[in-house]
Amino acid sequence: MSETPSKISVKEIYKIFGPDPASVLERVRAGASKSEILNETGHTVGLRDVSLEIRPGETFVIMGLSGSGKSTLIRHFNLLIEPTAGHILVDGHDVVDMGTEELRDLRRHRMSMVFQRFALLPHKTVLENAVYGLKVAGIDKSEAEQRAREQIELVGLGGFENQYPSQLSGGMQQRVGLARALATQSEILLMDEAFSALDPLIRNDMQGQLLELQQTLHKTIVFITHDLDEALRLGDHIAILKDGALSQVGTAEEILMDPADDYVARFVRDVNRSRVITVGSIVSESRALRLSEVNPQSVAAGMEETGQRAIYVVDEDNRPIGAADEQVFTRVDGSSPVRPEHLHEPATVTTDMVIEEMLPTMATRDYPLAVVDHDGRFLGTVSRRDTVSELVPRATEPEAAMAEAGAPGGR
Amino acid sequence: MDSNFPELIESREIRGTIDDGFNWVVIEFGEALEIAFLPVLRFLNSIENALLWLPWYLVVLLLALFAYQATRSAKFAGGTIVMLFLTGLFGMWEPAMATIALMLVATLLAVIVGIPLGIAMSRSNVFQGILTPVLDIMQTLPIFVYLIPFVMLFGPGKIPALLATIVFAVPPVIRLTNLGIRQVDREVMEAVVAFGATPRQRLFSVQIPLALPTIMAGINQTTMMSLSMVVIASMIGAGGLGYQVLQGIQRLEVSRGLLAGIAIVFLAVIFDRVAQAYGRKMQQHLHLQK
Ligand SMILES: Nc1ncnc2c1ncn2[C@@H]1O[C@H](COP(=O)(O)OP(=O)(O)OP(=O)(O)O)[C@@H](O)[C@H]1O
Ligand SMILES: [Mg+2]
Repeated sequence: MSETPSKISVKEIYKIFGPDPASVLERVRAGASKSEILNETGHTVGLRDVSLEIRPGETFVIMGLSGSGKSTLIRHFNLLIEPTAGHILVDGHDVVDMGTEELRDLRRHRMSMVFQRFALLPHKTVLENAVYGLKVAGIDKSEAEQRAREQIELVGLGGFENQYPSQLSGGMQQRVGLARALATQSEILLMDEAFSALDPLIRNDMQGQLLELQQTLHKTIVFITHDLDEALRLGDHIAILKDGALSQVGTAEEILMDPADDYVARFVRDVNRSRVITVGSIVSESRALRLSEVNPQSVAAGMEETGQRAIYVVDEDNRPIGAADEQVFTRVDGSSPVRPEHLHEPATVTTDMVIEEMLPTMATRDYPLAVVDHDGRFLGTVSRRDTVSELVPRATEPEAAMAEAGAPGGR
Repeated sequence: MDSNFPELIESREIRGTIDDGFNWVVIEFGEALEIAFLPVLRFLNSIENALLWLPWYLVVLLLALFAYQATRSAKFAGGTIVMLFLTGLFGMWEPAMATIALMLVATLLAVIVGIPLGIAMSRSNVFQGILTPVLDIMQTLPIFVYLIPFVMLFGPGKIPALLATIVFAVPPVIRLTNLGIRQVDREVMEAVVAFGATPRQRLFSVQIPLALPTIMAGINQTTMMSLSMVVIASMIGAGGLGYQVLQGIQRLEVSRGLLAGIAIVFLAVIFDRVAQAYGRKMQQHLHLQK
């Protein structure tokens, strides 16, 4: 994965707003705080030493509180804002060094943008708005209109083609902005809080559509949001910005499991962890027995060693065939060997399942689940105890933990 | 006590130099300029002649229709008919037509010159910085000052009157074109840039359409200013209603001055209402209002 070249690569950019940004750059580099700079020089630090690698075909989410610099950052990608220092490479070409023509070509064909406050053309109809990017690029009118109509249909605005933006609700205007951006069929989509103005149902719908779109089109999407659940649903990687600097970049799970600082921790505190944390990250490696090794002594020893209520039994290929505890031996007559049908049925889950998907299986078993890889080979187990303690971070009260676990998948 | 300001420089000498310089320009270029502006003069005359050639009732009717078309108000269209009829009744028909022709041509030329200047001003902060004080001065100078250089260049007549009117009336349309374009929503402009529009595409597909209501307000002000200047410009041989007022003053004929004055007010009312209505229509047409 690390070998694939980045689609967009942001290299140490700084952005300072004010009359003479260069004059304060050195102080910002030296670590002067945003408020210090503002009070003493009247300059606003927009971004501070931001570096990112965005891979082709991924959805990269940028999060952060209001004023943390999200919009400023995304505007650097198509050079609506020029950095005070640093570089932005798109497919290896530095946007900052691009000539007018090259930059225009990038904006017309390879990158399109959805704006936080819609930024529609108020004097043009929905169709004329959606067609704008194509018209500017000089695409033949009838083809352009057809493409625009398809996108209008896709965002659910069929029938509104001849309305003006002032006649539409905020959510509808936002979808016009989305249609306009999709119509150019650029491989990179920049979306600045594109779904924030939508009501929950449509929003959910649009998220679904975006995910679907991604499965066929594999666009590279940079997506800004305030909504953590949205970030977790859409984002392959998430970057968290604070006061213009990156606090953390990683997968949703990495950020949830290991928040870099308090700011990030507070950000992710209210998230539904069971939807993000995967089985793979809570599996405890444990030994499994071969069928021939199963006897009362080995099972008792294994259970004591792992502290769990059963121990898994695997075949020669290391695939679980069942779980053993004391009960097993009540089914075996005398000293005849233990056979697979004597064992408890194996309950297996894969490493890439999120906890929420695993919970139904867990609820119906009173012994641990076997975790297997994609080939079905045994890796270890997950117990209820591990699951609960992962879902309730830093919970000290066992009762509280149990109460939480009683409502799996709850929000 | 020094009650007299000391003469630190030879101001008379400086004035002399300026006057000599200007005289030189007049002698060298006066004729060429006159020839250059001949087409404008012909254009102006043909409009005036057309207004006078048409039967008066047709002119009244056309102007009333024009007023109705703009305002959609039968009352105002009726008012227009009455006002124009009264103007004729006062014996002011011919001077009124001369004034209308001069005003229309001056406004038209002011718009043709002013909008591109306004656009240029909106695109360059440097140019804005240079032009703003110039426009400020133009708007504070006493009206009569405009007349002097033009009379010197062309001698009394319609061309200097027209040019003085244009120079006097052009600032609002320049200013408001600049303002209108600069006021276009920043994010909308960003969106347009983000889709790769060239500066030209930005201008024609977004900036001018969205600035139109403001530009119309500028044109409205320019129209009113050119009307007022046309009256003053009668002093240098433009004829028209202003000339009637002037004669009223010179001959101490209160009635003549008064009737011409009323006719001027009528024209002002008609053109002001029409221009304003066009501005509003433009705004609705562009769906800029909810
Ligand atoms: N043109 C500008 N001039 C001066 N300061 C600016 C400018 N644009 C942004 N800033 C400053 O940069 C900082 C980041 O602004 P930005 O709009 O990127 O925030 P954001 O994270 O997108 O916030 P929100 O979630 O509210 O949209 C703010 O402190 C803002 O005041
Ligand atoms: Mg923002």
